[in-house]
Amino acid sequence: MTTFTLNGRNVSVHSPDDAPLLWVIRDELGLTGTKFGCGVGMCGACTVHVEGRATRSCITSVGAIAGAKVTTIEGLDPEGKHPLQTAWLELQVPQCGYCQSGQIMQAATLLKDYPNPTDQDINAVMAGSLCRCMTYLRIRKAIKLAATRMQGGGTHG
Amino acid sequence: MNAPFQSKLSLIRRTVVVLVAGAVFGMMGLFFLSWRPTIAAIERPNPASFSAELVSKGESLAAAGHCMSCHIRPAGQPYAGGYGVKTPFGVIYGSNITPDPETGIGRWSLDAFSRAMREGVAQDGSHLFAAFPYNAFTELADDDIKALYAYLMTRPAVNATVPHNTIPFPLNVRFLQEGWKILCFKSERFRPNPAKDAEWNRGAYLVEAVSDCGGCHTPRNSLGGEKLRDAYSGAVVDNWITPPLTQANPSPVPWTKEELFTYLRTGVTPLHGAIAATMTPVIRNALALPVVPDSDIRAIATYVSDITHADTRAPDAEATVKQAIKTSSLGSGPEQDPDANLYAAACLSCHYNSGTVPLSARPELALNSALTMPEPTNFIQAVLRGISDTDGAPGLTMPAYASSFSDADVARLAAYLRRTRTNRPPWMNLEKKVSVVRRELAASD
Repeated sequence: MTTFTLNGRNVSVHSPDDAPLLWVIRDELGLTGTKFGCGVGMCGACTVHVEGRATRSCITSVGAIAGAKVTTIEGLDPEGKHPLQTAWLELQVPQCGYCQSGQIMQAATLLKDYPNPTDQDINAVMAGSLCRCMTYLRIRKAIKLAATRMQGGGTHG
Repeated sequence: MNAPFQSKLSLIRRTVVVLVAGAVFGMMGLFFLSWRPTIAAIERPNPASFSAELVSKGESLAAAGHCMSCHIRPAGQPYAGGYGVKTPFGVIYGSNITPDPETGIGRWSLDAFSRAMREGVAQDGSHLFAAFPYNAFTELADDDIKALYAYLMTRPAVNATVPHNTIPFPLNVRFLQEGWKILCFKSERFRPNPAKDAEWNRGAYLVEAVSDCGGCHTPRNSLGGEKLRDAYSGAVVDNWITPPLTQANPSPVPWTKEELFTYLRTGVTPLHGAIAATMTPVIRNALALPVVPDSDIRAIATYVSDITHADTRAPDAEATVKQAIKTSSLGSGPEQDPDANLYAAACLSCHYNSGTVPLSARPELALNSALTMPEPTNFIQAVLRGISDTDGAPGLTMPAYASSFSDADVARLAAYLRRTRTNRPPWMNLEKKVSVVRRELAASD
């Protein structure tokens, strides 16, 4: 049995230690906002936060995060109104939407590290998060909008 | 039978007799030399008989000595033992050093404890294996041994036995340890170097006698003794390479006092990256604990930065950092290099840095000694194994790529980073080395 904190709540799971965290979150704990993409840590769809840092949950075993704080898209903001989420809505970023929770979780770490990211910062940190609908330009725009708002800037789009 | 043949036979017979007799006498001599008396067992001392001051001094020393590197099992009770030290001779398990009278050291007097620390002999007179670093603790001051005794004797007693060691016969015969001691051990107290200041000497004492940094960072001879001529020149521990703490240290940026202080206090620095593997228990629940005063960490930093000759190495650290950050975005553009693409997909999101100084939470690979070491072992280990939440620096995890990457993928990644992030010669036979680490990983789990 592994115990950890998921979105602020203590959870104990029965999956074996080597089960991927992604399976545990989706199948055992029933939170399906985090998606299965490639299964080998190469697409970013499964990105969650471990201790506040973006991590690929498909190749992180649940045993490796025992005792840690894990946050999924459902827990990023209690009301789903993280500045990234509102910017995403406002700019209608998603197309099919499958990769977007991973994109937002990755972008949240980006803004924590680089509150005012350059294009190069965005390209580099978001490089591991693939979008087959090619929404990259709107993702970039939404990240910049959220960054402005988080720094107390205006609400102009 | 002819006469010459007979005389030859008797010569052989005589030689054999002499050899056997020599061996028997040698063994008897060793047995005689190895004999140590039992030190009378006592009732467990009353915890109230130790002063709070002494106990808290002992707590600080036990943390700095990271006793719990070995005297605890994963998720086990503090000091109840059970960590398996993998040696070339077999696995030796850290013993229960709680004051439990049956399974711990509750019936050991201060004299018995002191003899164990300084001579490697248990209370019952049997020789301890040198996985217990009495070769370092022999240098401890009397007062510090008293403080450690007071601290341990005031811990909760835990009734717990540890697994049997897997040292094969005849190496498991305890009195033979006397032979090892004759060859590899000298009982002596720490002697300060009068040419150095108090902080340096405090650091030397902590490094040599308390924390036993040489236990992992000094290579060992075929008997398992430390090669003192190569002190701190790096070794292999649990299939990771412990870097040399000498002028040969491979970090691109020198280990200054300040960098060492931050690293030992927190487990991570922006210019050197994070701890991993067997360095984890040395920092977490040990040197990083507030009971170890800043002044002691600073003393260790002073001593280690001196023995690595940090002041004479790479005077252009600033330029090195600048260059490292310049390479940090490689892979984020529309590159056609498939190796860069592999790196971008798997690693760049977390390892990218910009600005003037890398972030601690984003270990900068161009500054990481895992890439600049002569061997790729540590790089391969980190990629395959990842860093779990209980491993490495607090709050920093890394996924394990063992199931995602083939040996060829890891080899490509290693070659690419070595080529683009360092100016060192390429690593050879990478794919084979990855497969070796992968096999060891599978065997150790």
